[in-house]
Amino acid sequence: MQEFVDGLVANPSWVHYLGAMLAFGGIVVFGFVLPIAGITTWVERRVAGRIQSRIGPNRTGPAGFLQWLADGIKSLLKEDIVPDAADAPLFKLAPYVVMTGFVGAFVALPFGGPLIIADLNVGILYITAVTSLVVVGILMAGWSSNNKWSLLGGIRSAAQIVSYEIPAGLSIFPIVMLSGALSMQSIIAEQGAAPWRWFIFNNPFTFIAFFIFFVAALAEGNRTPFDLPEAESELVMGFATEYSGMRNLLFFMAEWGNLYVIGAIVATLFLGGWQIPWALAEHPVPRVALQFGTFFLKSYFWVFVAVWLRWTLPRIRVDQMMIMCWKYLVPLAFVNLLGTAAWMVVFPHGAPGVPELLCVAAAVLLGLFLRRVRYHLTRAGLKREELSYNILATERIPGLG
Amino acid sequence: MAGADAVGGERLMPALEAAAIHARLKARFGDAIGDLAGTRRDNTCATVAPAKIVEVCRFLKTESGLEFDCLSNLSGVDYPKRSVIQVVYNLYSYPHRHLFTLKVDTPRDNPVIPTLSGLWSHADWQEREVFDLLGVVFEGHPDLRRILMPEDWPGHPLRKDFVEPEEYHGISTSRESLLKA
Amino acid sequence: MGLAGFEVEVQRETRDGGLATEDMTLSMGPQHPSTHGVLRFVIRADGEVMKEAIPDIGYLHRSIEKIAEKVGWHGFMPYTDRVDYVAAMPCNQGWAMAAERLAAIEVPKRGEYCRVIATEFSRIHSHLLSVGSMAMDIGAYTPFTHAIREREYINDLLEELCGARLTFHYMRIGGVGWDLPPGWRDKALAYIKRFEPLIDEFNDLISWNKIYTERLANVAVVSARDAIDYNLVGPNLRGSGVRYDVRRDEPYSVYPDFDFDIPVGRGEMGTVGDCFDRYIVRIREMKESCKIVRQCLEKLPGGPVIAKVPRNFKPPAGDCYVRLESARGDMGWYVVSDGTAFPYRCKIRTGSFAAISIVPKVSRNLMIADLIAVIASLDLVAPEIDR
Repeated sequence: MQEFVDGLVANPSWVHYLGAMLAFGGIVVFGFVLPIAGITTWVERRVAGRIQSRIGPNRTGPAGFLQWLADGIKSLLKEDIVPDAADAPLFKLAPYVVMTGFVGAFVALPFGGPLIIADLNVGILYITAVTSLVVVGILMAGWSSNNKWSLLGGIRSAAQIVSYEIPAGLSIFPIVMLSGALSMQSIIAEQGAAPWRWFIFNNPFTFIAFFIFFVAALAEGNRTPFDLPEAESELVMGFATEYSGMRNLLFFMAEWGNLYVIGAIVATLFLGGWQIPWALAEHPVPRVALQFGTFFLKSYFWVFVAVWLRWTLPRIRVDQMMIMCWKYLVPLAFVNLLGTAAWMVVFPHGAPGVPELLCVAAAVLLGLFLRRVRYHLTRAGLKREELSYNILATERIPGLG
Repeated sequence: MAGADAVGGERLMPALEAAAIHARLKARFGDAIGDLAGTRRDNTCATVAPAKIVEVCRFLKTESGLEFDCLSNLSGVDYPKRSVIQVVYNLYSYPHRHLFTLKVDTPRDNPVIPTLSGLWSHADWQEREVFDLLGVVFEGHPDLRRILMPEDWPGHPLRKDFVEPEEYHGISTSRESLLKA
Repeated sequence: MGLAGFEVEVQRETRDGGLATEDMTLSMGPQHPSTHGVLRFVIRADGEVMKEAIPDIGYLHRSIEKIAEKVGWHGFMPYTDRVDYVAAMPCNQGWAMAAERLAAIEVPKRGEYCRVIATEFSRIHSHLLSVGSMAMDIGAYTPFTHAIREREYINDLLEELCGARLTFHYMRIGGVGWDLPPGWRDKALAYIKRFEPLIDEFNDLISWNKIYTERLANVAVVSARDAIDYNLVGPNLRGSGVRYDVRRDEPYSVYPDFDFDIPVGRGEMGTVGDCFDRYIVRIREMKESCKIVRQCLEKLPGGPVIAKVPRNFKPPAGDCYVRLESARGDMGWYVVSDGTAFPYRCKIRTGSFAAISIVPKVSRNLMIADLIAVIASLDLVAPEIDR
């Protein structure tokens, strides 16, 4: 970034740098972050439709692709309701705090070799810190709504996010130890393009740490099965009940955009980030494009998994969630941390053959899962035309007529 | 309760005919029980004096061989021509699978009956409903207040002579005919 | 938040030297996003743990019982659909049976078979909604849509049968309104054939899911003694281990002709009588209903579907107490006739009325999230409670 500005202006001052950063940040936010949040809603609604044997939005744009734009425009045009007895300044500020917490994480996400807004040397620590800002926003929203249900939702959410920071953070430590740096680009540089060079398969402890991190990150993002703070047959949206119009949409966008941040962090830390085999492209432009594509696919796959989990699993109750965090995930994360440290002492240059073995094990697990899926499908006796994985489908399932 | 509790196996006790149940009641309580009435199994009944209803029901519930452990239904019926409000208790026994009906008449202008909520918890809400809709006061009821109608509703709607109030909190209770030109 | 009639004390507990805490009073309802209808619970909670959950009913009271006294015997039949609009056929049947018993009318065999088919489809219909919305309340949105999808097929079948999809008005005093349309029998058999394996798929999706069973096991255990004491009926009673079903133990209509099981809660995931048992009893009952429908359609006799009942129907004076197994359990109809063309009194005792009265007892020291599970597992529907 710095070199870019230096190349453009003769004697760049801090104003030039600031301007460039703001401009670049603006492009990223409005050109990438918000559309990603919006398109994730489209993906979620179409995928949810197929899982629930229906279609999903299909009117606005081809296969309903512009539904999120329509929803955004509609929300902007809605009446801005601030409850009479609500604490107006806090009420109005809360969605922006939540948005800040989530957008701020994009600054340090590595989309490609040189494609990072700010390669902080405390990259992953910064991301963890900034995404915790949403707790403040949620508490503000829950409190200022002057609604006991919102308050309950806000407090539950705060407890949940704060609790699950611990296993998430503890699961990051093995990666940091392995790579020796907190900077996102350094972590990726330590991994390789091939799956057995990724940190997830480095040793069994990081393999388990991956799952702990993913579960903890889902909990932090208030996603099912941890969405007790926001959905429940208590009230419609938990802490965001009293919000209408654009403010409500900002909460939603933060949630869906957060999914992408989770996917991106997982892809960076555990799955090798944007690494592609160097032989694929020599020229910088296609190489960077391929890196961006790889990173995007890897992170968006986990968005899809989160959406899939949301529409499959029921909700965990608050006390069960707390028990799971403090009694199961935290001790397990500690074990992983110590295990990785011990592994690094025993195998300073990595154990030969273990990553390949773990790769094979993962492939076997995946195969077993697919076989189970096929068993269920044949047992339910559903005919071929009744199944559709195509989220662009336009017809109902053929029925009895 | 032995038969009803059994999971996967039932040890049913013998069922008694209504006449036999009535005979036992008459033997125990004498004049407080009226004659056996009714034409079929589901409506054979006997009237009971209001003052004795709790004892009769306790006898029916706890006596071995009878064991009416379930108050299946509790209804109030308004008979303005006879100036009584009749409360009908349909009792059922799960271990024996027999049923019996008791009827209690109370004067319409001051209907008071002792409560049965100490014997069967289901009576609690059913009696509240009879109180709400017909105005029968159940003595000894833990929480006798309106259940279906709003708390400040005047009158008892299910009575035959109930006249709907003109308005409720400023909302008119009648609606103009929608067929007006 | 109006609390007229509920005197709730504010308790101040001071831990020595620490902060004073108050119990929070919340009002859940009358509008809340679950499909159980217009119910209200006043919850007194210490944080998440409830001290008390008092139901407040009457929001859907439509004085159906008083309307019976005004509209006459035949005219009341459509109103019975609205007594429990989720499973409307058994309500029709209750009123018809009461009138027939008073007037000693015998329904022709084919009419009785049509009634059984309709009632069992209604039972499957209602249970699908019940288990689907229970899953949705626990947080799994997908089983609800699958249940509704199956329900739509039943709706199509019943629409072809009687013209309506929710409030059927299919049965009449003396029989049923219309005979089965041509081709309906095959469609119904094809549907049952398709539906039965889908129950297993549904189970795999949600019933044995660990998160789901953890939410429901050991929650709100109702012992058999309490269940009978509070007059819980139907799947609520069977979930507590009491093997009782009006279709088998007080047989009516042509149910003795059919062979079916009575599923009972066995405490598989927790204790006998917890929420999971009530839920799994409903799932299994759907399978049994499929069996009954199949036997019924195969043995269907010919003949008329309705007996000759005068238009100006005047049953002799008397009373009757009719019980039948609706989707929500044993529904009791106490009907008094005074010999005129208008019923003198009609009292409907429904399963949900008793079920909601047990909520304060079982929900002590549960969490607010568990109250949702309790309400859903008892399968409360507001129209039945309030009439």
